[in-house]
Amino acid sequence: MKKYTFTEKKDTRSGFGAGLLEAGKKNKEVVALCADLTGSLKMDAFQKEFPERFFQVGIAEANMIGIAAGMTIGGKIPFTGTFANFSTGRVYDQIRQSVAYSDKNVKICASHAGLTLGEDGATHQILEDIGMMKMLPGMTVINPCDYNQTKAATIAIAEHEGPVYLRFGRPTVPVFTDPDQKFEIGKAWMVNEGKDVSIFATGHLVWKAIEAGEKLAEMGIDAEIINIHTIKPLDVQAILTSVAKTGCVVSAEEHNRLGGLGDSIAQVLAQHSPAPQEYVAVNDSFGESGTPDQLMEKYGLNSEAIIKAVQKVIARKQARD
Amino acid sequence: MATDIQQLTQTASQVRRDILRMVHACQSGHPGGSLGCTDFLVALYFEILNHDPKFNMDGKGEDLFFLSNGHISPVFYSVLARSGYFEVKELATFRKLNSRLQGHPTTHEHLPGVRMASGSLGQGLSVAIGAALTKKLNGDTSLVFSLHGDGEIQEGQIWEAAMYAPHNKVDNLIATIDVNGQQIDGSTEQVLSLGSLRAKWEAFGWEVLEMSGNDMTDVVRVLHLAKAKAFKGKPILILMQTEMGNGVDFMMHSHKWHGIAPNDEQLANALAQLEETIGDY
Repeated sequence: MKKYTFTEKKDTRSGFGAGLLEAGKKNKEVVALCADLTGSLKMDAFQKEFPERFFQVGIAEANMIGIAAGMTIGGKIPFTGTFANFSTGRVYDQIRQSVAYSDKNVKICASHAGLTLGEDGATHQILEDIGMMKMLPGMTVINPCDYNQTKAATIAIAEHEGPVYLRFGRPTVPVFTDPDQKFEIGKAWMVNEGKDVSIFATGHLVWKAIEAGEKLAEMGIDAEIINIHTIKPLDVQAILTSVAKTGCVVSAEEHNRLGGLGDSIAQVLAQHSPAPQEYVAVNDSFGESGTPDQLMEKYGLNSEAIIKAVQKVIARKQARD
Repeated sequence: MATDIQQLTQTASQVRRDILRMVHACQSGHPGGSLGCTDFLVALYFEILNHDPKFNMDGKGEDLFFLSNGHISPVFYSVLARSGYFEVKELATFRKLNSRLQGHPTTHEHLPGVRMASGSLGQGLSVAIGAALTKKLNGDTSLVFSLHGDGEIQEGQIWEAAMYAPHNKVDNLIATIDVNGQQIDGSTEQVLSLGSLRAKWEAFGWEVLEMSGNDMTDVVRVLHLAKAKAFKGKPILILMQTEMGNGVDFMMHSHKWHGIAPNDEQLANALAQLEETIGDY
């Protein structure tokens, strides 16, 4: 089992900010738009470096999505920035018609996703965004797990032709992936190989899965941990290869259990290789105010919840055998 | 100038015939607004726009047009075909299965001349602003035009865009509102009154012009005037007075023909009022 350590904690949104700056340096067609949350999205460095390529649109997210779509005509690569709630639900129809159906090369970059937004509460804690975005034909959906992966993903989506939803968060979390990684859209990352259970995790739940994996090893359970950073297009082969070996699945995500990564995996299993699956996800509810750690515990999204799900799913597998 | 106006008027007559025959053939679509905006779109594509029918999505160095009220697709498709973007016989496929001429315009089927899907209302002004910003970044001094329905501006996104463009001096943009005073459920006055459009748009910081949209001479005059007012620090808005159903006597003075197709007898009656000038598709 590979041992993962970290020396610092950083927020994934800062990875986005660093990646955006680098993407802007690499390609002068990259432009950025923000709806009055420049500091929160960590877009200040890009704004400072490229003031003529930064567009402050004010508190008008629908207009921002439309402007971004129009800017692609003539070759720009627009990155929009606001909170995940205002990046998706508030502007679903604008994304659907002006971006996805119009085949526009817009990168919708969404911070403060999920419960770990914390004290602001449920108005801002969107848990349905992955579902909304993955249902749009042609949309790529990415939820990276730490600072380095978010930075690499941001650079990668600038080089990808087509609409992308990039989801990241507010809290500082361990930085454990390679700072020099090359991010491959749609290619799952094998975090740790194992034989007893497949844990497919995305976003902030990847580190929780690593923590769970260490405790499971002490309990004699050899968990395979795979990071599904790209929810669409899904790495079906990686899922099937893993499940063929382990025979059972735990999916882990900071999202409603309806419509998220878990459901995408369940569809693959149902079609190709039925196997017991447990969800670590929010159980069809809104969030509430609290610290990120309190919320992740209350809503069952921490390493303890993953361990319980693993025990349950292995028991189900054994009962079936 | 006189001959130009005559030619444009003849083209408009043919486009109106196309509109009626298209919606009749599929027994669906939106003839009323299409007929009202015919003179505007004919003037735009045959007189005003610097454009290349060998279509290129990026349109660098060309003037661009965005149809925001996508339901008047019949007039848009006819004008595109008559300007050479695709063959006029393809108009016969409008709203039929496997057609590039979808009920509302889309880029998805790769129809030359369409740069953005529209149909869900209120989105086109933002898109036009985006395209205008890119032109500025690219050092491209051509213009961006858009068309909106008056009912459409009840959508909130229009007003987000209306605030943005003057604040950011998007002065390479000429937006037009089709003021026909009608929407699906009745007159705009009854449904949700628009108040003084001139006062509203001027208050937002736009240069506002008015145009008689079914008088070809005035349409051409005002569109040239609008071009002359570009690049002076303000976005330009044209309030275009039109008659829904213009050109067909029984379709005018009512919102009834917003979204229904004529039957065989009505089509014959309507076509008898419009000269076949270039040749039916």
